[in-house]
Amino acid sequence: MPGSVADRRLLTPRSLRDALRMLDAEGPLTPMAGCTDLYVALNAGELKGTGFLNLWPLEPLRHMAVRDGVLSIGALCTYTDLMRSRLVQKRVPMLVAAAREVGGPQIQNRGTIGGNIANASPAGDTLPVLAAAGATIVLESIRGPRRVLFTDFYTAYRRTVVGPDELITAVEIPAIKGRQWFRKVGTRAAQAISKVVMAAVDAGPGEAPRIAIGSVAPTVVRLPRTEAALASGAAIVDVQRVLSDEIVPIDDVRSTAEYRRRVAANLLASFWSEGSR
Amino acid sequence: MLKAVGRNVPRKEGRDKVSGTSRYIDDLSFPGLLHARTIRSTIPAGAIADISFPFDTSGFTIVGFNDIPGRNIIALIDDDQPCLAERAIRHVAEPILILAHEDRDRLRTADVRIAYRGGTPNYDPSASPLCFKSIAIDKGDLDAGMAAADEIIEGEYRVGAQEQLYIEPNGVIAVPADDGQGVTVYGSMQCPYYVHRALTVLLGFPGDRVRVVQTETGGGFGGKEEYPSMIAGHAALAALKARRPVKLVYDRGEDMLATTKRHPGVIRHRTGVTRDGRLTAMDIDVLLDGGAYATLSAVVLSRGVLHASGPYRCDHVRIRGRVMMTNTPPNGAFRGFGAPQTQFAVEVHMERMAEQLGLDPVKLRDRNALRPGDTTATGQTLGADCSAREVLREAVKRTDFARRRKALAGTNRGIGLSLFFHGSGFTGSGEVKLASKASLALTDAGVRVLVGSTEIGQGTRTMLAQIVADTLGVPYDTVEVNAADTSEVPDSGPTVASRTCMVVGRILQRCAEDMRARLGRLSPRDYVKRHGPLVITKQYEKPPEIVWDEVLYQGDAYGSYGWACDVVEVEVDPATWQVNPVKLTSVHEIGKAIHPRLAVGQIQGGTAQGLGWALLEEVVMRDGRMANNSFTNYIVPTTLDTPDMEIVLLERPYRHGPFGAKGVGEMPIDGPAPAVINALRHAGYDLREIPATPERVMACGSR
Amino acid sequence: MRFTLNGRTVRIDAHPMMRLLDALREQCGLTGTKEGCGEGECGACTVLVDRRPVNSCLVPLAHVSGARVTTIEGLRGRHPLQQAFVDFGGAQCGICTPGMILAAIALGPKPSREAVRTGLAGNICRCTGYHAIYESVERAGKNARVRR
Repeated sequence: MPGSVADRRLLTPRSLRDALRMLDAEGPLTPMAGCTDLYVALNAGELKGTGFLNLWPLEPLRHMAVRDGVLSIGALCTYTDLMRSRLVQKRVPMLVAAAREVGGPQIQNRGTIGGNIANASPAGDTLPVLAAAGATIVLESIRGPRRVLFTDFYTAYRRTVVGPDELITAVEIPAIKGRQWFRKVGTRAAQAISKVVMAAVDAGPGEAPRIAIGSVAPTVVRLPRTEAALASGAAIVDVQRVLSDEIVPIDDVRSTAEYRRRVAANLLASFWSEGSR
Repeated sequence: MLKAVGRNVPRKEGRDKVSGTSRYIDDLSFPGLLHARTIRSTIPAGAIADISFPFDTSGFTIVGFNDIPGRNIIALIDDDQPCLAERAIRHVAEPILILAHEDRDRLRTADVRIAYRGGTPNYDPSASPLCFKSIAIDKGDLDAGMAAADEIIEGEYRVGAQEQLYIEPNGVIAVPADDGQGVTVYGSMQCPYYVHRALTVLLGFPGDRVRVVQTETGGGFGGKEEYPSMIAGHAALAALKARRPVKLVYDRGEDMLATTKRHPGVIRHRTGVTRDGRLTAMDIDVLLDGGAYATLSAVVLSRGVLHASGPYRCDHVRIRGRVMMTNTPPNGAFRGFGAPQTQFAVEVHMERMAEQLGLDPVKLRDRNALRPGDTTATGQTLGADCSAREVLREAVKRTDFARRRKALAGTNRGIGLSLFFHGSGFTGSGEVKLASKASLALTDAGVRVLVGSTEIGQGTRTMLAQIVADTLGVPYDTVEVNAADTSEVPDSGPTVASRTCMVVGRILQRCAEDMRARLGRLSPRDYVKRHGPLVITKQYEKPPEIVWDEVLYQGDAYGSYGWACDVVEVEVDPATWQVNPVKLTSVHEIGKAIHPRLAVGQIQGGTAQGLGWALLEEVVMRDGRMANNSFTNYIVPTTLDTPDMEIVLLERPYRHGPFGAKGVGEMPIDGPAPAVINALRHAGYDLREIPATPERVMACGSR
Repeated sequence: MRFTLNGRTVRIDAHPMMRLLDALREQCGLTGTKEGCGEGECGACTVLVDRRPVNSCLVPLAHVSGARVTTIEGLRGRHPLQQAFVDFGGAQCGICTPGMILAAIALGPKPSREAVRTGLAGNICRCTGYHAIYESVERAGKNARVRR
């Protein structure tokens, strides 16, 4: 039976400013967006906290715009919004590819990019994309905004740098030069949690590729040593060895460390071989 | 007037389901209803040391084994399983107490504390001290058969457990009689009379004080064959103690954790064969894991061993089967019921033998496939409706198998097949023991079918109405099927074993034949006007030629068999070892398709479940507990995981089936797993275990 | 909470964090929407919110404030998909059917087979093997757009 809601309080702000004020004065509050992660915990009787902040009505958090060559995506944009956005299709097709792999249509219509980031699962499908894209997360509080590089955003398993009075309001993605690549290996073809999920950018000769991978460490990770090895022109077999040392996959209820390790190596080779050189 | 049998007549049960007006158990409520929750063991083996209730118990009804007025067992076969644990614990999730309360939040947060004395669990069936059942089948002289062989080929094959995952979880509502000496239980179930019997034993009530009503059931697949007796018992005890209706519906996590699964097992083959592929001797060992209590293990083993040598002829056969106790939640019925497990083994073994002998796998099967006049491992002589070679040839022809096999060689694709069969109805003397009854009533409202058989998605009401309508010579629309309510219908036996059409349908047909004779020239309405209402009840009659020896396990195991052949093409992703079933063709010979669309629906659905078992569905057990008891982590096929299927129906009538019909519900799940593994073998992977997850495919390496 | 439910304005007095699924089944007495898993995996609880299929077990009541919600009851048994599911075997046990039909409505008229498979990937059926569902969707004819 689902967890009780009787003791929960839901605050609905009238504006972003109102929301930030509430976070400061009436916390602790758990921000609530599409609820596709939060309510799974509620249904399992595992939802922590009694105060919740309803972000859903905040239209400004649904923006999608380009400013000075940087694509800004509001935290409340759903996976469906991402897939349908011409801006995202054109500028970050690997994000469209990732959104397409999340759950199924029902989840895509409700789950948000901000929620995927905040949920902080190492298996989050958009997270390798944001890491490989060199994205920046915009956090806001009543003290004003601050920006955090996505690669600095996670500190440990399911831990972020978001303060108790802060809200993720947008993710900013600079223009990406080169070929974008994304692959999710899940437990089945839809409605799947990833066993390995990888995004990569091949910026062309003379530039190091950017590779990020999920489900093989406590957080999503970039692979700087692997990137450097590729850029140095090492043989793919050697690069795979570097990759294997850079990740720490585990055995869990879905898969094995060995499988994740070998698949990650294969995905790397697939990514690299698809580029023309 | 158009005949109904053989046509896709409109389903009797259709409109309500698509309108949202079908009432499943969780849609129902009664005044004064209490909700209930089951307190379960968290250890796999040991004993209860102490129980305490450190919370405000006001308003709670608490039921323990001491509240059981009758016998503390779930009456089924062995009567070894308690309804509520007294002291000894034999598995995680073993039920100990039932709590009931008006307020669901208070119910959910009630913190019952149970202290245990831990014991030493055993999870290895081969090391178990308790054998629920063992069966021996012997034919001919095994040693002589082995001596006549040019080669002896051995193999060991493993099959995993499988969760039925009906989309509607188990649930019941129990309503106590006003005098507290009776109860009505409504619920999601396949066998209302199983529940009825279990309740009379548990509660000590006479049969006429217990009423069981099946509500619209959202899938069963065997998972609601015997388990509902347990949940019904729990709700009834609480309802009687509280003197109020009690609703007990499981959430998904509890349902997966606590209820029955397909028996996992290990099957070993040692086979003597001539160089040119004739089977001379088959030595088969079947070991199944029954879980903590016997439930239906004896019968699962029975069907398993009776199908263990596959649809093949061999003069010298020895089959030994055992089902053992382990400290895991009891395993039970799941579509196929032992036959998918043992036929997986024999069909993969056949493929390996073909490979080892350098023979074409189709020719090897065709050579040894049973033909009319041949005898099975139990010495049953097969009749003209034995169609093993026909389904094989049809499947091979339609898929252009030989050419595809050549074309795919050396690629990351493979094509494989499986040949299989399935006995319809209860084994041997089982139908005689069941003594099923069916009634046909004629009133001024029309013709009414009264059976204990249930509609669980397969179209029972439609199919039975078609049989009655055509036999009686009345329009299909004028035949209604009564709800499965034990106060109104006779015991037609359980809705399992692919028997509802062939066995119950035949009893109804005999009722209709009798009724037709009595009607004479009169229309049903005129008959009733002149003579008043009429009810005809008939009981199962064993065809005289069926002879079965339960002790020696010899003779006619089943009245009839269906025959089938699956061909599947798979593609293996070289980077991830994910196996994608790209195309599937399934040929089924089922005697007669009473409703072709419903029959095809059974084949498509059963095949999809078989593919899931083969590739995706793994029950991950950790310390005797299912660790992946969620829809998120127990993986069943979505649309994107299920291939297009070409389904072909063949008909070779069975003399004693209504209009020649045999069973169809279970056979489809016997074929896909070995066909997939055989296709993977063709693609270069030597697998002998399912599920063939990408991790296992990777581990076995390509040749 | 005020919203449009199957074409009518309703007001529900319940906790804003109540699951939409429970609000529909209990406060509104519309039991056609089913709970199969409580995790947003099976799709049996699918309803349309502003024409989009969502898992109502994961939607707080507060989030449909001012929105248009359609459940299986809202089709009044008259949608071509409903008859098609009866005619072509799209429904066997029926428990996934309400969610399946609503998800199919969102596919629009004359969807390709590929679009049907992808569009229904969030709805698990354990009975049919999906093929009869595809046939039901494709043969239903022009899918009426949901007007409410």
